Amino acid sequence: MWLLKLAWKNMWRNRNRTAITIAAVFFSVILSTLTNSLQDGIFENLIKNVVSFYNGYIQIHKKGYWEEQILDNTFENSSKLSNLISQHQNITAVAPRIESFALVSSDTLTKGCLVIGISPDLENSITQLENKLIEGEYLSENDPASLLSEGLANRLNLSLHDTLVIIGQGYHGAMAVGKYPIKGILKFGSPDLNDQTLYLSLSVAQELYSVQNMLTSYVIGLENPDYLNPTAEKVKSSLGSDYEVMTWEEMMPEVVQHIRTDKASLIIIQGVLYMLIGFGIIGTLLMMMVERKYEMGMLVAIGMKKGKLMQLMLIESVLTVFAGCVLGILASIPIVIYLNRFPIRFKGELAKVYEEFGFEAIFPTSTNPEIFLRQGLLVLVLALLLSLYPLLKIARLNPVTAMKK
Amino acid sequence: MKTVIDAHNVSKTFNPDTIPILAVNNVHLHLERGEFTALVGPSGSGKTTLLNLLGGLDKPDKGSILINGKDITQLSPNALIDFRLHHIGFVFQSFNLIPVLTARENVELIMQLQHKKKEEIDERVLNLFREIGMEDKMDTRPAQLSGGQQQRVAVARALASKPQFVLADEPTANLDSKSATNLLDIMAKLNQEENITFIFSTHDARVIERARRVITLVDGQIHSDTARVPTDLPHEGEKPRN
Ligand SMILES: Nc1ncnc2c1ncn2[C@@H]1O[C@H](COP(=O)(O)OP(=O)(O)O)[C@@H](O)[C@H]1O
Ligand SMILES: [Mg+2]
Repeated sequence: MWLLKLAWKNMWRNRNRTAITIAAVFFSVILSTLTNSLQDGIFENLIKNVVSFYNGYIQIHKKGYWEEQILDNTFENSSKLSNLISQHQNITAVAPRIESFALVSSDTLTKGCLVIGISPDLENSITQLENKLIEGEYLSENDPASLLSEGLANRLNLSLHDTLVIIGQGYHGAMAVGKYPIKGILKFGSPDLNDQTLYLSLSVAQELYSVQNMLTSYVIGLENPDYLNPTAEKVKSSLGSDYEVMTWEEMMPEVVQHIRTDKASLIIIQGVLYMLIGFGIIGTLLMMMVERKYEMGMLVAIGMKKGKLMQLMLIESVLTVFAGCVLGILASIPIVIYLNRFPIRFKGELAKVYEEFGFEAIFPTSTNPEIFLRQGLLVLVLALLLSLYPLLKIARLNPVTAMKK
Repeated sequence: MKTVIDAHNVSKTFNPDTIPILAVNNVHLHLERGEFTALVGPSGSGKTTLLNLLGGLDKPDKGSILINGKDITQLSPNALIDFRLHHIGFVFQSFNLIPVLTARENVELIMQLQHKKKEEIDERVLNLFREIGMEDKMDTRPAQLSGGQQQRVAVARALASKPQFVLADEPTANLDSKSATNLLDIMAKLNQEENITFIFSTHDARVIERARRVITLVDGQIHSDTARVPTDLPHEGEKPRN
């Protein structure tokens, strides 16, 4: 108890030094929390963008479809099946799709395209397709019309309210031919999607491909993307071996790779940051050791065991560093929340690059509470590791030399 | 009479590998309970080194130092610290006190290290402050005390642990003459009334006058060791003692 009191008093003996240490830890926590939450936020945003492009977080297909994406690999759409899927926790929506390649023609031109039959409302709830509309109107259920991506419309020289013709191969080699007015034009960030997609309502597409009530996939929206894999596992085990359940990470390994590479380079930045933090803390510790060398020598001389003295120093360090950490966490919460609500927005050239790819050029922070705890804890551990240095000095302390002026 | 210090053949050489300095040279010393001994000698004669050896702060190269019959040269570092805590009181030349603690807390500290009960600590600390005539300054921080007052608190702290003897290395070196005499008065009183054993080094002729035994060191060796009757003349502001 008296040791704690002494430690507390020692913290206030040199207010400037204590303040510097607390400030060093404080700003360290803020800085590392901010970089981390920004990093996580950017990736979350990227994933959200990528996923809402097209793929959804999870897709369910008939087993073997991903390897061979043909209409023969379809499964029957049933409310029983979709209910079975949507009953799982964390699943917000299940949207049915039928997808296949076909040729699309205007009067004079023919191009290859991906025809996607969707349930307009369900699709919109997951991929926000309606937001990509730049002209015309969105589809309604059973609407005998089409939505055309902007690039494809240009390539075919078609515009809103024109009529297009689809020619392709349906189920089991049946002819697939249809004629649809263009009800809306969609703009996708991804050039791939923008140049070759065409949307029909589900029943219309099924009729075109002669696959009554059959689907190529269910696209699944998630409440909390952090639980992607556990949710996929649960769905997988409830569906059995006739279906394949794929996460976006499995469907788009290149995006995962990209995030990994970026994270690796950010680790270097963080390393430099932690090093700066470390030097700041070491500096104040050295200052303190010089200032208190005589006194420590005297305490050992009159009979304080070195272990006790180490305890004293450790309590002082823990109190100081802990105070800095807690204050740092408290201060970073509003900053992070603010930058989440009002994200950093890029302008100019860089913004254009982002918009090319269909991303908004914004960098929101992630408000995941884990980040605050993780960074606070990291700085705490770092600081405590550094405060082992004075303990080492104490272990080697010789009272006679320490008290020499 | 009870033997407190029994040192035989004690030698200490600094820098044995470069330019050896024989700071303490084959010293024999015997100290009884209740002695009031001054260690004198020119600067560099080895007073501090000898006191450090007797106090277990440093180890001799040769010889044995028995305190209360126990050879402290054989103790492990940790056992030695513990031994100092329980058997030896220290008063250093200056900066004896922890600046963040009050005078009282500084004295309490040593008993807290000894795991003494609060009631015992409170009672003893109050008595000690009475002895040094500073009851009114107990809750003052060292920075607010004069040099003489700080040294008196240091004496109180040295006594708090009920040591076998108190070592004081030039306790008056940084004091004006009035404070120096005052400190010596208190030490002499404690010696006479409580039979506390003191051994202190000094340069100061007025301090030497108060000692009952004077050991003179020259070049690390005991040059003379004489018993004497202390001159205990009354001085300014103090009543003669009976
Ligand atoms: N740590 C040390 N290293 C080397 N020499 C020392 C050390 N301490 C003391 N000495 C030397 O030992 C001799 C005795 O010193 P000291 O005991 O301090 O004398 P005094 O206290 O009588 O002035 C001196 O010559 C001094 O220079
Ligand atoms: Mg000396």
